[in-house]
Amino acid sequence: MKTKVLMAILAVVIAGLIAVPWIASYFYVFIFTEILILGLFAASFNLIFGYTGMLSFGHAAFFGIGAYATALVLIHLEWPFLVCLLVSMGASALLALMIGFLSVRLNEVYFAMLTLAFGMMVFAIAYQWRSVTNGSDGLAGFTLGSFGLGLDLTLANPSVYYHVVLGIVAIAAIVLYLICRSSFGMILKAIRQNPERVSFAGLNVRTYRLVAFVIAGTFAGLAGGLIAPFLRVASPELLHWSMSAEPILMAILGGTGFFLGPFIGSAAFVLLETWITTYTESWMLVLGIILAMMVIFFRKGLLGTAIDWWMEVKK
Amino acid sequence: MTNPVLTIANLSKRFGGVTAVSDINLEVMPKETIAIIGPNGAGKTTFYNMVSGRMQPTEGTITLDGKDITGLPPHKISRLGVSRSFQINNIFPEMTVQENVEVVLSAYHGHSRKLFNIASRNTEIQNEAVEFLKRLGIDSLKAQRAEVISYGDKRLLEIAMVLATQPKLVLLDEPTAGMTPDETRRTTQLIKQLAGSGDYTFMITEHDMDVVFNLADRILVMHRGEKLFAGTPEEVKNHPEVRVAYLGEEDDEAVEEANP
Repeated sequence: MKTKVLMAILAVVIAGLIAVPWIASYFYVFIFTEILILGLFAASFNLIFGYTGMLSFGHAAFFGIGAYATALVLIHLEWPFLVCLLVSMGASALLALMIGFLSVRLNEVYFAMLTLAFGMMVFAIAYQWRSVTNGSDGLAGFTLGSFGLGLDLTLANPSVYYHVVLGIVAIAAIVLYLICRSSFGMILKAIRQNPERVSFAGLNVRTYRLVAFVIAGTFAGLAGGLIAPFLRVASPELLHWSMSAEPILMAILGGTGFFLGPFIGSAAFVLLETWITTYTESWMLVLGIILAMMVIFFRKGLLGTAIDWWMEVKK
Repeated sequence: MTNPVLTIANLSKRFGGVTAVSDINLEVMPKETIAIIGPNGAGKTTFYNMVSGRMQPTEGTITLDGKDITGLPPHKISRLGVSRSFQINNIFPEMTVQENVEVVLSAYHGHSRKLFNIASRNTEIQNEAVEFLKRLGIDSLKAQRAEVISYGDKRLLEIAMVLATQPKLVLLDEPTAGMTPDETRRTTQLIKQLAGSGDYTFMITEHDMDVVFNLADRILVMHRGEKLFAGTPEEVKNHPEVRVAYLGEEDDEAVEEANP
């Protein structure tokens, strides 16, 4: 009964998302495009944070490298968009393999510091390697050509681009969800709760942490590939360590214990930012207060708290 | 002639200037239950940590079924057939009791590498997990979150997880520590049954002498990191030095055992 109601709610939400360009203004088409892309970024982060228990402070490195990869391919090679996204995923997977290989051997605060340090190095490279990355200005002036697969889509149209993003994020979310529910996903949850017991069950915990890190990085790269054409620029801000904080905040805001939590967190984050900044400049102050309240009173995040409340009421 | 499951030769562990385990030699034969006793700080847990791969020995070799496993990491030693429980409960608190065993089973069967199966629909593993819970008499708790079951049941759950790796050698570190007398009786009975089934080789450390004398085929007495005596429960009971070692337990804190 309850799962049926939940499925019905989910179906309504998805139908609503599909209908956004027809029922809302262009302004909200942009807002929802951003929500979906950042939601995927946060969901990829939650695979290592909420599921595996690894607090990375360098996740923006993979998001940013994905954005740069798509921008570079569009500028120099003009390949179809779908191929750009695959290049973004490949580039971020490779980077995640390198950073992960050196980081996953450490735990907790040391892991967090090392990922932060690597994230800063990637930022510094993008900032200073002017011949390739165009330094602080970033890469701009690229245009989207075809989509690929022979589909005739006008990607320059924001509504079309929104639907493309919705489709790709939905597929990516399903893949991530399946991974979370697999035996591999179960082992990740076990590692968060008790890594020692997992290694005494005969598994190399380091390998599992590395694989999770690479998967998370790959999907962050996909999100990055989607954000570059949306912003029309791939700039060093996307790689900045403060960008690594966003998926952390979104995951906590929405609820780290639920697969859809980071998406809810992304929606809350972007919508609140949009609404609050129309009234006051001090959006960060308001966000800070909300986050403090969440952590103190609603540890399970918006989604977790809502589900708990609903289960209580419906008893 | 049967070969020993485990052969320990000249095993030592030093922490700086402190010798925690010194020159231990031991052979464990298949299907026997061997108990390791000794006062706090005698080096029992350090000894376990070396056999299970949690610590590297300073000297000596550990051979499992003819294969040298000295200094291998825990996951490799576990794969080769040594499984252990800990003095403090070491389970997955937020999972159900059944899922706790399922994690170990999917590791054992290699399902843990599957990214796109649906773990909650793997009935084979689920049935097997329930089987192990039945063996420990806790299958009625299978749907409970592991953190809410009683202390004694948690210890039994950990033993179920240890057995689920189908080990050649089971190391139990004070299996009845902290249990009520009732739980201790129940657990001792269970271990005796499992040992009697002839499927397992047990190595047990324990402070409760009733439990030790009830379960052990052979006893190794350790004192200040060294082997004081090894023999049958009868021989140990009547050994004068062993009695002295136990009477002198209070002022014997020369070597602190490493954290469990």
